[in-house]
Amino acid sequence: MSSTLTIAPAGTWNLDPVHSRVDFEVSYLAGTFKGHFNEIAAELTVEDERAALEGTTKVTSIDVNEENLSAHLQSPDFFDAEQYPELRFTAEDIRLDGDGQVSVDGDLTIKGITQPVTVTGTVTAPMSDPYGTERIGLNLTTKVDRTNFGINWNNPLPSGEPSLANDVTILAELQFVKQGES
Amino acid sequence: MTRILGISGSLRRDSHNTSLLRAAAEAAGPDIEFVLYDGLKQIPPYDEDDDVDPRPESVARLNEAIAAADAVFFSTPEYNSSIPGQLKNAIDWVSRPVATNALRNKPVAVVGASTGGFGAVWAQAELRKVLAAVGARVLDLELPVPHAHTRFEDGGLTDDEIRTRLEEAIEALADAARAREDQRAVV
Repeated sequence: MSSTLTIAPAGTWNLDPVHSRVDFEVSYLAGTFKGHFNEIAAELTVEDERAALEGTTKVTSIDVNEENLSAHLQSPDFFDAEQYPELRFTAEDIRLDGDGQVSVDGDLTIKGITQPVTVTGTVTAPMSDPYGTERIGLNLTTKVDRTNFGINWNNPLPSGEPSLANDVTILAELQFVKQGES
Repeated sequence: MTRILGISGSLRRDSHNTSLLRAAAEAAGPDIEFVLYDGLKQIPPYDEDDDVDPRPESVARLNEAIAAADAVFFSTPEYNSSIPGQLKNAIDWVSRPVATNALRNKPVAVVGASTGGFGAVWAQAELRKVLAAVGARVLDLELPVPHAHTRFEDGGLTDDEIRTRLEEAIEALADAARAREDQRAVV
């Protein structure tokens, strides 16, 4: 189904990686464990009232403030960075549901496994930044079951319950700047 | 040529697990160089105070042997439902520094022999767990060799079924090592 409202004016929108983040959150032990990816790339293309998004993160850029934990997360126990160096999200048709709310049916690829996901979030109205470019902010979030992507590591608590939850929330706070006419 | 390092968890001269690795070396295809590690007994107890540069010579040798191999093939006996302390101790040495240790991402396979009826299955599971924690690429295979004393004669494997499964395990490990090389060539 095509959109009647597009999230941004037609054109190609490039990610401003310095002012963007991709984070993840998962329940672990007595709290919520959070981490993020430092190297992210994305492009938003708006054409004929269709907004398509493609984004990637480098698994080796995972940042959890601890070198040894970072190494564990990159190992075959988790993301297996050597075999699957990238996470990827693609969406063909980002819908504006009104009032800045967006929803997206997209495909998420983690550890070489692609699964459909529904992502929701918000988009700002286009604004002119001090550098003469048009800019929008797109905030997206989704919750996935990591075991659907072959990430099954756990460590049972003395009670027998798992210490790490399966549901992981992924949050992307992205700013895009409009590519100039070439 | 794929280079596989064989590590036996047993120190005994006539160890069934070491014999199993010798049989593995014989069973390996012509495109596999199977090297047996024989320095396990010389590894000192892990002590962070001794984990300095340069490391103890025996530890450095083990580290170099693993680093030089494309994959590692372990054969472990079972002591009290787990792996021998000396094998665990050696892996503990190799596991440091955690982020860059020589076993990280290395394809590994685990087999095991025991004189009992279960063929060291618990030890194999334990060893796979330890190797995964260290960051190795652990193959999802198991090869229990129960009643090991009835399957060797003068150190040679006499059981053809075990030999076939041994060949399959080595080939699976070599495949994983080759797949890793291919992947690294692409990236």
